[in-house]
Amino acid sequence: MNRDRFVMFVNRIPLNLAIIILCAIWLLPTLGLFITSFRPQQAVNETGWWMALAAARPGTDEYQTYCAQCHGEDYKALPNADLSSPDLIAQYRRSIQLSGTFNREYDGVIHIPEAQRPDAQQTADILDHLRIASGLQEAPPRFTFANYKDVLVGYSARGGTYDEVCAADGPSGTRTCDFWTDATAPNAVLRGMINSFIVTVPATFLPIILAGFAAYALSWMDFNGRRVMFAALVGLQIVPLQMVLVPIFRMYTDLGLNGTFLGVWLFHTGFGLPYAIYLIRNFVGRLPADLFESAYLDGANHFTVFRRIVLPLALPAIAALAIFQFLWVWNDLLVALIFLGNNAPVLTYQLSQLVDSLGGGWHRMTAAAFISIAVPLLIFFAFQRFFVRGLLAGSVKG
Amino acid sequence: MRTLMVMRQGRWTPWLYMAPAIIVLVIYVAYPAIRTGLYSFQNNDGTASAAVRCAADQPCWGFLENYRQAFAGQQGQIALRNTAIWLLVMVPGTALFGLLLAVLTDRVRYEALAKAIIFMPMAISFVGAAVIWRFVYNPDPSIGILNALVTALGGESRAWLATNPPGNTLLLTVIGIWIWTGFTMTLLAAALKSIPMEIIEAARVDGANELQLFFRIMLPLLAPTIAVVMTTMTINTLKMFDIVWVMKGIQTDVIATRMVSELYLDRNNGLASAYAIILIVLIIPVTVYNIRRFGVEEAEK
Repeated sequence: MNRDRFVMFVNRIPLNLAIIILCAIWLLPTLGLFITSFRPQQAVNETGWWMALAAARPGTDEYQTYCAQCHGEDYKALPNADLSSPDLIAQYRRSIQLSGTFNREYDGVIHIPEAQRPDAQQTADILDHLRIASGLQEAPPRFTFANYKDVLVGYSARGGTYDEVCAADGPSGTRTCDFWTDATAPNAVLRGMINSFIVTVPATFLPIILAGFAAYALSWMDFNGRRVMFAALVGLQIVPLQMVLVPIFRMYTDLGLNGTFLGVWLFHTGFGLPYAIYLIRNFVGRLPADLFESAYLDGANHFTVFRRIVLPLALPAIAALAIFQFLWVWNDLLVALIFLGNNAPVLTYQLSQLVDSLGGGWHRMTAAAFISIAVPLLIFFAFQRFFVRGLLAGSVKG
Repeated sequence: MRTLMVMRQGRWTPWLYMAPAIIVLVIYVAYPAIRTGLYSFQNNDGTASAAVRCAADQPCWGFLENYRQAFAGQQGQIALRNTAIWLLVMVPGTALFGLLLAVLTDRVRYEALAKAIIFMPMAISFVGAAVIWRFVYNPDPSIGILNALVTALGGESRAWLATNPPGNTLLLTVIGIWIWTGFTMTLLAAALKSIPMEIIEAARVDGANELQLFFRIMLPLLAPTIAVVMTTMTINTLKMFDIVWVMKGIQTDVIATRMVSELYLDRNNGLASAYAIILIVLIIPVTVYNIRRFGVEEAEK
């Protein structure tokens, strides 16, 4: 019996291996983003994210190349120049002071011959390395939340984090150094997140409400042209988004709706409706007829039936639809780019701008990207069942 | 569709219920779609026929000038070529990977976890995905893992997206496959689960091996779903905008991004509309096929 099990286990190794390798490949890019978003800037620039746990202290290579021969691996090889002594290193506050020693003669020998000297950046790295080795400075953490804080307040200047700059220089220009004030400024990612919610929530519920009314009429009311209406409304799914951008952009320019939330809500409503009507009608149309008959006989009117019977019973379909529409709008770039743009930058727009300018470097861009995908990921893992159900119910979405 | 006669309603009640949806759909979808069709025959601000855009010593197609420029212009040809590459790689690519993963994960106990991992990219935005993959393709081997791999194997690191068109479009299609395989896998896995166990057991009893089982039994039964998957992916691929827009490779434009560039950056409404019409002309037949196919399946249920 055990032997059979063992044979089966061995037989299944290729299958398991194939699945695990494919899953690893699928996970790898996102994992890289996730890890990088928690690494300090210097670490991101020096080593790849896959070295995050293995990477040595800054300046180790430089110290090995330029200093270790004379000063030794343990910094103590020269008794009168013990580099592990904080008193000695404390004399060199800036790297220029360190490079100033290179030309000096110690015991009749030039400190470092001209041909072998490190350049300015390398000298700075060596000084960092020595300050850490002598205990003057703490080794930089391998992981940090600073990138997230930087992007949340929209801080993108080179060199230093938001906290460091605020501690050193204090408020300046548009930077108030008060977290909530800065984080709600126009280019801050937290503000983008708020804008994304302002766009997404009404743009999710408006089409569902309108579609609910229409779907009820299309399934439980009796009128001429019902099938034609259903086909026409649902058939509009054919029209791709790109096809209506030009006229609506011009209409919005005339009406002054460009750059307003209202314009974007209505646009998403228009494009969410065909699929929403289709999905809700299919669901509501399959509810048992007895239910409606007895309600009508009890004297309920259409609106009561709609509110008391149809809406509660259609909740599974509405939930699936809401999740779909929420993700669709939250993840949208095109509509936000054209109708909102800079007026009320949403997360996807900010992210695309960050990519364009490479603003603030990879350590911050990965943090911003992870913030923008965190909400959809949460929703996806929380409501996975509804999500898949919505997907299977009909896979044609404008 | 069954109809209830029990409850009478006013003549206008149904229309009252449908009116908000109809109004929004007419304003936002039906009417603008027709307008775009008209714009595509006009000049940049819609004040005259497209013929005024003709250059003196160039060929001119009169009111079809926007279409001539879309097809004959250098940018337009790049966009058309890249759209073709996307279709040729994405549609079979997602279908194959989706089928492979659906069949493989069906046989293991951690099916749900594996599927969630493959499906995850579907939930995140295309922009987020583009950032993830710009990171993978970064020219610096200490940042981009692809170049790290290449240099570790003794190759030379490259700026993947900025060189070698149209090959760099292939790198973008990898992102598309990464995103959409979760979708195709889910549809195909559902179809796979609906194959009755008796059929598969009977084939096993008759001595079919796993490969025969797959090619002779499963594949024919999955064929309708594969058709739906491929047509839906064709539509999704034609509409693909965000990835190409954010990745900003050299000469990686597709029709959808070319259109937005003309509209948004160059304010060429006429030419942008022509691209939109080309797009819908490509999409309509596939969608019609898809919906009819879907209708047939619904009727068979």
